[in-house]
Amino acid sequence: MAAETFRFTVDGIEIEATEGQSVIEACDAAGIYIPRLCHHPDLEPSGNCRVCTCKINGRNGAACVTPAVHGMVVENNTKQLTDDRRAVIEMLFVEGNHPCPYCVASGDCELQALGYRLGMVAPIQPYQWPGRKIDATHPDIYLDHDRCILCSRCIRASRMADGKSVFGFEGRGIAMRLNIDAEGGLGETQMAAIDKAARVCPVACIVIKRDSYRVPNGSRRFDLAPIGSDIEARRTGPKS
Amino acid sequence: MSSNSTATIESIVQEFGADRSRLMDIVLAVQHRFGHVGGDAIQAIAAGLGIHAVEIEDMVSFYAFFDLEQRGRNRIRLSKTPISIMKGAKEVARAFEGALGISLGQTSADGAFTLEWTSDIGMADQEPAALINGMIVTALTPGDVPQIVDALRQSGQAGGLPPYPPHAAALPKAKVASSLVHAGPLLTGPRGAADGITAALARSPEKVIEEITSAKLRGRGGAGFPTGMKWRLTRKAVGQEHYVVCNADEGEPGTFKDRMLLSDFPDLVFDGMTVAGYALGARHGLVYLRGEYAYLWEKLQEVLSNRRRLGLLGDGICGRDGFDFDIRLQLGAGAYICGEESALLESLEGKRGAPRDRPPFPTERGYLKQPTAIDNVETYICAARIVEKGAAWFTSFGTRESTGTKLMSVSGDCARPGVYELPFGTTVNELLDLVGAADAAYVQMSGPSGQAVAPKDFGRRIAYEDLSTGGSTMIFGPRRDVLDIALQFADFFVDESCGWCTPCRVGTTLLKQGMEKIVAGRATLSDIAATEALADTVSRMSRCGLGQTAPNPILTTMRSFPELYEARLAPDAFTPLVTLHDALRDAVLVQGREPVPQEA
Repeated sequence: MAAETFRFTVDGIEIEATEGQSVIEACDAAGIYIPRLCHHPDLEPSGNCRVCTCKINGRNGAACVTPAVHGMVVENNTKQLTDDRRAVIEMLFVEGNHPCPYCVASGDCELQALGYRLGMVAPIQPYQWPGRKIDATHPDIYLDHDRCILCSRCIRASRMADGKSVFGFEGRGIAMRLNIDAEGGLGETQMAAIDKAARVCPVACIVIKRDSYRVPNGSRRFDLAPIGSDIEARRTGPKS
Repeated sequence: MSSNSTATIESIVQEFGADRSRLMDIVLAVQHRFGHVGGDAIQAIAAGLGIHAVEIEDMVSFYAFFDLEQRGRNRIRLSKTPISIMKGAKEVARAFEGALGISLGQTSADGAFTLEWTSDIGMADQEPAALINGMIVTALTPGDVPQIVDALRQSGQAGGLPPYPPHAAALPKAKVASSLVHAGPLLTGPRGAADGITAALARSPEKVIEEITSAKLRGRGGAGFPTGMKWRLTRKAVGQEHYVVCNADEGEPGTFKDRMLLSDFPDLVFDGMTVAGYALGARHGLVYLRGEYAYLWEKLQEVLSNRRRLGLLGDGICGRDGFDFDIRLQLGAGAYICGEESALLESLEGKRGAPRDRPPFPTERGYLKQPTAIDNVETYICAARIVEKGAAWFTSFGTRESTGTKLMSVSGDCARPGVYELPFGTTVNELLDLVGAADAAYVQMSGPSGQAVAPKDFGRRIAYEDLSTGGSTMIFGPRRDVLDIALQFADFFVDESCGWCTPCRVGTTLLKQGMEKIVAGRATLSDIAATEALADTVSRMSRCGLGQTAPNPILTTMRSFPELYEARLAPDAFTPLVTLHDALRDAVLVQGREPVPQEA
């Protein structure tokens, strides 16, 4: 039996949704892009980054963890939300160390791409310059914690998709870090380059060695089209 | 780690049934058996539970009272709040540093002492206070310090670790005053043991919930959710079990009324929980007791045992066949966020105290994914009295929207700090008269997550419809520096942000830095505007109540005391956050020379 469908509106556009979908899933299917960072279509949502925050029935909520409900009224593309999302992206830029011009992920990085899409010029908040170490103990993968944005994608992928629990959080607040299930670094874990966890990082924290420049700068995903374009290309009805 | 230690940890894990959801208890036991929870211990716990070490590290590293590395055998944690600082906590800290020969944050070379600050420990009416090996010492002066250190050195000569949960120790100043100054209708009369329960049993569970609903009881922790509706939703929700949880994680700086209730009226609290158990059809009650209140552990366990003997807990309560209900205490381990109900549930399940996204709400999927009603300590006392005395009695106090009375925890610049039970609708002015604070210049209502109230607003009423409050009332006289206090509160949220979501994790630190620049007199008009805009973003974008209210000390002092911000403005159009000298410091160190001064 097909799941029940219902309708709700996003910025005044009525879309169809299926029972069990989150707001972001329903919008993705309808070709309406809600900016997001920690959400990944193959993983359980966890609501870490808050970039996908929308005004849902008058209250702010993260679209990735809010179930779609019949008749719901969602505001997505408003100046206020864009400003707040840009501020959150800026926070991530100043929290870690993100040297876009010489980063291996440049052009393929979702954080960078969101900065462009949301109109970030340069952060106005002070850089925190944290001192973080690189973990190169694994033969095929290195971890550059400077770029980690604590989105928890690798944690979720390793636990659920790979069944390995290679990653976890450590500490709290501004001192929170990505942690590895081995004292001696990633090389001591069961992590493999083909794992889901190795392929979901939105930035260049988890990097496959000897693979970074297969696609040259200038012709990568977000060099060619802004982030979210693929989702918006699905839209057949009115655009928001 | 010796095989002996591994065996000890294995037996600790077994003591809690190798149950992953009891990880708080397991880690607490290991922490206090070995003084820390090291890498080997984590491996052993992980092996015992059949989970990955990274999951245990995730949890252990979250709580302030767990250590991944060995620290001092004696732990001295000084309560750090604006109230403790103005009562002399810094001088006490200097005295400890002198007596121990270490700085705050350090461990002595012989491994005997670690000295550190901790967030508010719920003693605002008797600061400066400290937690020493879990015991509470109050009203400290620098003169007390040598005796305390001597007593600790003597008791620790055997080299073992102090007991935990703590026994009453013979430490100077190890005395917690009752704090109850003014009792109203709620706290006058018998202190519990059965009256509420027998009154409840005379009705059907639905009728009990109706009584609570018609009393218009609202949550006393601060959020003010209607208790009757919460109970109805929980009762209605389908689950294998229903749970009654008492939120005794009283972490909001400046509040201590729950500590007073647990210490002076424990039976009344347990009556209320038992009434809820009956109303909801729950068999299990849990009290989440903040780690700072571990000194109450033994006494509360005694009260519970006594109630089991009296047939007020256990099977067939008060002779009612089929009414089975018992209560377990769960200790926390130093995390303000666990007062947030969904973070509390995560912690109860043995995880880091990261809040959950809602829906689903706890009434539907709470503890162990079962329907759960979580209420504040004071709310349970109200519930017990309402079923005992009736909704009409309760609604005869307070205002139309805020029925009953409220316990106010009053501290700071006043003659008579303590707990006051006052009817809702009382004005701030009336409260200030009662506590002896005629010259109050600033009141921080409902803690740092609440709001700053200026004298022009002292006519406002304490009620959900006006000045909503969990009860924390910090009073500051005319000589206090309001902006410096706001900065201290901003710093508190940096320490207590759980880190799960970006706006709160990063935003609290950025807000503190913005506030530092303002307090230092280096902020320009545009800096203040930027700090305000950032504060609004953090409020709107954060995941839970902590992040949503963390900017309040800044936002509400900006609104209540704009003239103070204006007075601190830098005269320039722009001042850099970092001076050139600071920016070049690393380079100067590397190069070994100062930069050549620029010609003007």
